[in-house]
Amino acid sequence: MIKLNFDENKCLACDTRDCLTKCQYMDLDVSEAGAEIEKLINGEDSRVLYECRTCYACEEYCPMDNHPFYLIVKRQEELDIPPLPEPIIKQGVQLGIPFRGDPKIEEINGPVLNMGVFSPLYPSLIQGSKLFEGLTPISTDGRKMHHFFCQLMYLHFARTSVINERLPAVIDTINSFKPTKVVHFHDECYGTYTHYAPAFGIDVPFTSVHLFEYLYHRLLELKDQIQPLNYKVCYQRPCSSRLSSDKHKYVDKIFKLVGCEHVKREYMDENALCCGSTILSQRREGSRRFSLELQNRNISDMKQAGAELCIFNCPACMQTMGKQVAESGIMPIWMSDLCRMAIGEKAS
Amino acid sequence: MELTEEYKYMDVIHRCFRCGYCKFPQDWEDVDNCPSYARYRLESYSNGGRLWLIRAWIRGEIPWSEHLANIVYSCVACKNCEEKCPLSFAGDIVNMVVAARNLMVEQGLVAPPVKQYLEKVQLHGNPWGLGANKRKQWMGDLSVESYQGQDYLYFVGSEGAYDSRAQKATRALAEILQNAGVSFGVLGSEETDDGNEAELLGEDGLVEVLAEKNISKFNETGVKKIITLSPHAYNALKNIYPRFGGNFEVYHYTQLLAELLKAERFQAPKLDSVKITFHDPCFLGRWNNEYRAPRKVLQALGGTQLIEMGRNRESALCCGGGSANYFMDLLGGSPDSPARIRVRQARETGADILAVACPNCLTMLEDAVKVEGFESELIVKDISEILNEY
Amino acid sequence: MDAIYKKLLDIVGEDYVSNQNEELFTYSKDLGTSDPKWPDYVVAPKTTEEVSRIVKLANEENLAVVPLGGGLSLAGLALPLKGGIELDLKRMDQILELNEQDRYIILEAGASHGKLTAYLEKNTPHLKHSEPGAPPAATIGGNLAIHGQGDLGHPYGFNSDMINGLEVVLPSGEICRFGSCALGNDWYTMHPLPDLNMFMGWSGSTGIITKVSLRLFPCKKIQEQDALVLDDADLVPEVLFKLTHIGMAEDIIVVSQEIPPPFNRLHYILINLAGDTNLELEFKRQLIFDTHLSSYIQEGRAGIGASGQDIQRPVVSKTSDWRKGGGFEYVGAIVPISSYPKCYRHGVEVSGRHHIPYTTLGRVLGTGHSMMFSWTFAFNRADEETVRHAREALHETDKEVLKMGGTLWKPAVFGQKILMDQMDCATLQLMQKVKHMLDPNGIMNPGNWEVS
Repeated sequence: MIKLNFDENKCLACDTRDCLTKCQYMDLDVSEAGAEIEKLINGEDSRVLYECRTCYACEEYCPMDNHPFYLIVKRQEELDIPPLPEPIIKQGVQLGIPFRGDPKIEEINGPVLNMGVFSPLYPSLIQGSKLFEGLTPISTDGRKMHHFFCQLMYLHFARTSVINERLPAVIDTINSFKPTKVVHFHDECYGTYTHYAPAFGIDVPFTSVHLFEYLYHRLLELKDQIQPLNYKVCYQRPCSSRLSSDKHKYVDKIFKLVGCEHVKREYMDENALCCGSTILSQRREGSRRFSLELQNRNISDMKQAGAELCIFNCPACMQTMGKQVAESGIMPIWMSDLCRMAIGEKAS
Repeated sequence: MELTEEYKYMDVIHRCFRCGYCKFPQDWEDVDNCPSYARYRLESYSNGGRLWLIRAWIRGEIPWSEHLANIVYSCVACKNCEEKCPLSFAGDIVNMVVAARNLMVEQGLVAPPVKQYLEKVQLHGNPWGLGANKRKQWMGDLSVESYQGQDYLYFVGSEGAYDSRAQKATRALAEILQNAGVSFGVLGSEETDDGNEAELLGEDGLVEVLAEKNISKFNETGVKKIITLSPHAYNALKNIYPRFGGNFEVYHYTQLLAELLKAERFQAPKLDSVKITFHDPCFLGRWNNEYRAPRKVLQALGGTQLIEMGRNRESALCCGGGSANYFMDLLGGSPDSPARIRVRQARETGADILAVACPNCLTMLEDAVKVEGFESELIVKDISEILNEY
Repeated sequence: MDAIYKKLLDIVGEDYVSNQNEELFTYSKDLGTSDPKWPDYVVAPKTTEEVSRIVKLANEENLAVVPLGGGLSLAGLALPLKGGIELDLKRMDQILELNEQDRYIILEAGASHGKLTAYLEKNTPHLKHSEPGAPPAATIGGNLAIHGQGDLGHPYGFNSDMINGLEVVLPSGEICRFGSCALGNDWYTMHPLPDLNMFMGWSGSTGIITKVSLRLFPCKKIQEQDALVLDDADLVPEVLFKLTHIGMAEDIIVVSQEIPPPFNRLHYILINLAGDTNLELEFKRQLIFDTHLSSYIQEGRAGIGASGQDIQRPVVSKTSDWRKGGGFEYVGAIVPISSYPKCYRHGVEVSGRHHIPYTTLGRVLGTGHSMMFSWTFAFNRADEETVRHAREALHETDKEVLKMGGTLWKPAVFGQKILMDQMDCATLQLMQKVKHMLDPNGIMNPGNWEVS
């Protein structure tokens, strides 16, 4: 039975209520937060359900590991207060429907690189690179990639029901390749299998490895081939990174290893701003403008800090912000490409 | 066996929509980037029309005729269509035309020019029908080593050996390689035609014979690395010969020269304020994705300015010499012959020299300049000649 | 040698006339579901004078003449229904004069839209023309002969409303000019007389358009596409009414199609915006999304699907590959925008019945004055069953359009017939009189717009 492991006693015992007091998009003091948390626990209407921008950050802020964001999304669905308009939700749900036949399954019995729904990026970002030698790629066929879709995107759509309905089959598909371990290209896939699934009691029979942890250790293996890049860099931290906050340290470790300076700016680490891609379409009045302002704030912050490169983790962030980042004079680069450049390979 | 059962692309050929994309260059400038369509301007001559005709013939809807054969053989395999076609089978368009030619050859249904070409190559190892011993004539009084295990085999090819104009390029390249201290040798009369055009003409059996003969000679003499004069030979040796067990490291000469220039193994000469424009050869460019090496070499020249034609790289207009049309001349005889259109495009750049990197292009375009009557304004030269002459 | 062939050869030269089986076969085929119709000759003239001589010859020999541009109407409108001479006009492709100040360009009608777009991008990037959704090989003349519409439909209407002048070869062979150019002046206006308007939409059955002066419009530096997604077809007309009130878009298209899944049963209103600065674009977006349409978004009935996307030229050839079969044909209707919901529902129903993934599209014309609505039926050319289904779906749709009070745009012969059956008698008679007056021998693209 797929059920959220939420313990209301943990919330009641919490003094700081960081989930809501630290929220970058809502302004609540501790007592206001307490009142709203109680409404959420009781399944009642709360302003949080309308004002949440679905940035995932409270999953990181919560000192109790009590999944405040998953709870919010669950309540949004139960009370029919979705952040997005109905047609957008339908579009999103339909997006995940595979319609080009089944994938070819081959038992690999070795380490695997899971491209998720980003098969089209495989030729330019992954193929032929020394960094990924020794990993067998799966989901490289764009026509079948929805069979490997982690579904976690539906957290923006108030549809944990869709995630829970589809995820077990996706886990089975990945597992049928008999991987000894799975390196996930997309941060959100990693978050799904190591954070979301356990939170909902969904069994994941394979071991997941975060892309950045993998890249860091691979670079260590190739240490003598690394030439310091000497760039000033900033990082666009995606929403899903909040689900793997223990792996966030690899960002700085990689930067140090490849000889880049991670510039100090306001919106970094715990304070990072999401790319705002679904905020654009949210129902709340002013959302479209808000998402643009958010991006502008984020990029101005990068510029002010003197960043030359902006390192991207997530294709959705890249799709949403890449062009604007470039137009501001900062070069948008994938983390994996930064690592490739460090060992003398040509980036995509 | 029914033709429909024999034809390899029966499950794909009906998918051509005849949308006309195949006629355009990358920037949509006009519908004249397909050489045969540019020449004839009738739909039967663009690959959309050609594929529909092929399908109809195979299905018995229309009978074979010499006109059909001419249409099918008038595709010079330049691959402009493959660059432009938006559908998923785009990479097989030329293959579909060649597969139809395979069937025609098997049935003995080829037009005289094709028959003559194939017969000569089969009997004499070259389309001129000249003796093998004449393959050394290009050397003149230049002393060139025979291949006996040097670093590179310099594969001259049939055009380079027998065509009087191309021979100048052949020799120029040999001199450059000698001056650069490259260790190389030639096979002279032991070379036979590379088979690239025979493959395009649909004569698989002949390709096998030619390839095996060359491969056997290469192996016998210990060839590992090959430099070719012609992109056609480059394509054959690199992409066709592995099919027959011939795996060598093949370079078009501009690729090697680009490396040598980078390593400062030789110096490009300095010219006196000369404007050059470069014509991308199809078998280096669209066929093998090599657009940089020739430009690197040209850019190394002093006192020159490299001006690009509007139709460059993937958009280059083929000279019309591919698929043995250099011999059969199915696209000649009109101001709309692709070679003539091309040299007019070159002239528009205001360049003094139209540089080429292929002996086919060399002769096709030089002849076109003569017919157009502006030899005093524009000279056609192979890159090897430019490097060697100045 | 065939005497007529010899005369044609004398006019155009040996290379540009053919009565060989291969050319006749190639030109007998339409890209849609029409059955092949074989011409007797294929001719590709270079000049208006050559066209005139050919037409005069055709009259003498009582041969049909069928003008052909890109051949992309998909409704068999350039098929030689009664044999005769298939006139491939694509060699008449020269761009003659660009007048930047007065914003027009004179060119031969056989030039492709792709060529014109490339030319303007290169020479006057601040000017553009209305490009139809057909592949870029579609010709200027062909598109006008069917009353085409393109990507400037919302502000400026039909492509055939964007002409400043015409040169036409009449079915009797005379060469005529219409508009200010008829006075020997610059080609800057079509109105007033002699603007006789007897050639637009007639599918080449009243004459051959040889030269056109086409209006050019401002082309702003930045072009983008924004998308509004709806799940309720009944809401579409209301939203379009608001959008057309704002008047900021260059092209408004509503798309709904079964594949790929994200589009299924949803309505994407694609809005093309242009601006010389980001400020201009952001202003337009604010008017549209933050002001006029914000209530729909807040109520959750419509959502912003995308904003600020690069505009890609639509690749309709890909539609032909949906059945892996190289073919599709569509019914295009001109309907009031309020008809969108029933048009859409018919599309879903008839496509489903014929095992075709439904594909519908509506383009707003003018300030919401009408909509070009199309139902596309893909088929596999190698599978007769699918061709039959597509044909049946097309015919059923033609009939349904008239039943719902719409009219057919560029109909094939089947659609022409049912249209004429419903037409006002006096009007139909006048159409016939005009046709007969221009073409007494009945040689110009016969079989089209003929009363039986």
